[in-house]
Amino acid sequence: MANVTLRNVRKTYPGGFEAIKGVDVDVGDGQFCVLVGPSGCGKSTLLRMVAGLETVTGGEIDIGGRIVNQIEPADRDIAMVFQNYALYPHMSVYNNMAYGLRNRGMAEAEIKTRVEEAARVLELSSMLERKPRQLSGGQRQRVAMGRAIVRQPKVFLFDEPLSNLDAKLRIAMRVEIRKLQRRLNTTSIYVTHDQLEAMTLADILVVMNGGQVEQIGNPLAIYEKPATTFVASFIGAPPMNLMSTRPEEIRSQLAGSNAADAGILGIRPEDFVITDQTPDGGVALPLTVEAIERVGAETFVYGSREQEEQRVAATPGELPPGEIIVRIPGTEAPAIGAKIRVAAVRQKLHLFSGDGRTRLEA
Amino acid sequence: MQKQAIFQSKLLPYALVAPQLAIVLIFFYWPALQAVIQSFLLQDAFGLSTSFVWFDNYIELFRDPAYFESILRTFFFSFAIAVSSLSVALLLAVMADKPLRGSTLYRTLLIWPYAVAPPVVGVLWIFMLHPSLGVISRYLRAAGIDWNPLLDGDQAASLIILAAAWKQISYNFLFFLAGLQAIPKSVLEAAAIDGARPMRRFWTVTFPLLSPTIFFLLVVNIVYAFFDTFGIIDTMTRGGPGKSTETLVYKVYSDGLLGGNLGSSAAQSVILMIMVIVLTGIQFRFVERKVTY
Repeated sequence: MANVTLRNVRKTYPGGFEAIKGVDVDVGDGQFCVLVGPSGCGKSTLLRMVAGLETVTGGEIDIGGRIVNQIEPADRDIAMVFQNYALYPHMSVYNNMAYGLRNRGMAEAEIKTRVEEAARVLELSSMLERKPRQLSGGQRQRVAMGRAIVRQPKVFLFDEPLSNLDAKLRIAMRVEIRKLQRRLNTTSIYVTHDQLEAMTLADILVVMNGGQVEQIGNPLAIYEKPATTFVASFIGAPPMNLMSTRPEEIRSQLAGSNAADAGILGIRPEDFVITDQTPDGGVALPLTVEAIERVGAETFVYGSREQEEQRVAATPGELPPGEIIVRIPGTEAPAIGAKIRVAAVRQKLHLFSGDGRTRLEA
Repeated sequence: MQKQAIFQSKLLPYALVAPQLAIVLIFFYWPALQAVIQSFLLQDAFGLSTSFVWFDNYIELFRDPAYFESILRTFFFSFAIAVSSLSVALLLAVMADKPLRGSTLYRTLLIWPYAVAPPVVGVLWIFMLHPSLGVISRYLRAAGIDWNPLLDGDQAASLIILAAAWKQISYNFLFFLAGLQAIPKSVLEAAAIDGARPMRRFWTVTFPLLSPTIFFLLVVNIVYAFFDTFGIIDTMTRGGPGKSTETLVYKVYSDGLLGGNLGSSAAQSVILMIMVIVLTGIQFRFVERKVTY
């Protein structure tokens, strides 16, 4: 049982590259913290620094009230689940789990009890004598989990543990991990680039970008009030529609609020409705339907704005500028090429400063 | 998928494999067959008459205690050369595997000795350890060691083992380095988190994962020690003093070319040939299996 606190943690590589530019995170005892961000944002590096696999070049990492900057990984009382599982290929499942306990000089009888208990929980009891190569991806993943839990460490670290599994298994394992963590009540830090995993697992969500923390908080709070345009477009799928407030069409509709300072307007796809009315204080946009995606429960409408100046690309390569995504119930589907009008109410508008770094309250 | 190549002419495929076949037939099967025939023949002392003696050459060989001594000696040499060269190479590879500055340079330098021909290796070491010329010999004698490999058989043997093992280190190093780099980093990191200190990590994770490489190199080194040490022995000791460095291959040469006993020499060659076939068989049988752990 332990808190994990990062204080102004930095990582600069010998070449001068700054991978982590000062991160402060406080994970309470038994909490599940998820680090999420695009690849190269430094989330894995940060996790490896907590594990002791990367040196810390600035700031402090505190696990359970002890500064661990100079402490070996083995002595930090942590367990880690790797992306490729990192099982010992020459050892049986039993020995994979027992290895860490043997290294600590635990009695064989106690090891046996612990390994068998972990195997029972993870439904691996019938496979203890197998070698990792005789297991499926999901089973290997469970062995990696087992190796972590038999140690009964203060902290679990997960480095994208589900990214090598297929979509169905990923969802099943995600639920398993959450249940297991709740039951063991062990402080956990989990790295992923998948925002859905992040939303569903986290007690505390840390959104990272370019070696910095963009926003920390409860996942739903982040979803409802993203602090920057980066967070707004990264959390939520499909991403939030972001557009410049400069065109007269939008500026006039926002009059009367502090939207004058705002440079960017954001509206989530599900907050639009197709309507001819303009809600009081809200925003309405005329669109031409370019494409529709019907996925059953819902329909995504990809529309282009009539005026040609548009959506601010927050993260490159996400959507062509000027395109607006609207999420509507699966029962509806406008025709391609149809002219529609979509609107969102005032409470659902997100306003950001022109550089996208600051959220403004409407 | 098309599995068979189709040729318009029936002769063309044969013509295409002919050069390769010719080389194998002329340079391998013909001499091998000659050796087998020769091993059944006995010549008189002046080489004037030759008679067919069936297995007499072999029987005589197996009655000769000197031949058994040579077999034992060869096994001992092989074992000593393989073990010393493998362990030094492994140590160097483990150290070179660390991310250090200039690692490309010293990796390259460590590989160079492999390019040196065996007789040159022999000459190099003789220069260092010759009783009267050697640089190192002077220090050995100054340290009170009676160093004279020209007279002392054990010292001569250790000299051969030293030179032969030294030459093979590069080859082993190369394979060990590749083997070490093939071990996923995360497995070693997992072991570090699992509380294994570097030494324990090496013996419980790295070493077992290297075992296919080690086994492969063991066979290669034994074959090397059996056959390719001829040049080193010839330049350094010529099988002497006495017969203390006469391995099986050297005995073939000295009995046949120096002693003129072609029949016995041929019989020894045939026995060596069978040994190579067995060793190669072992190699194919075990090494070619992809997973050995």
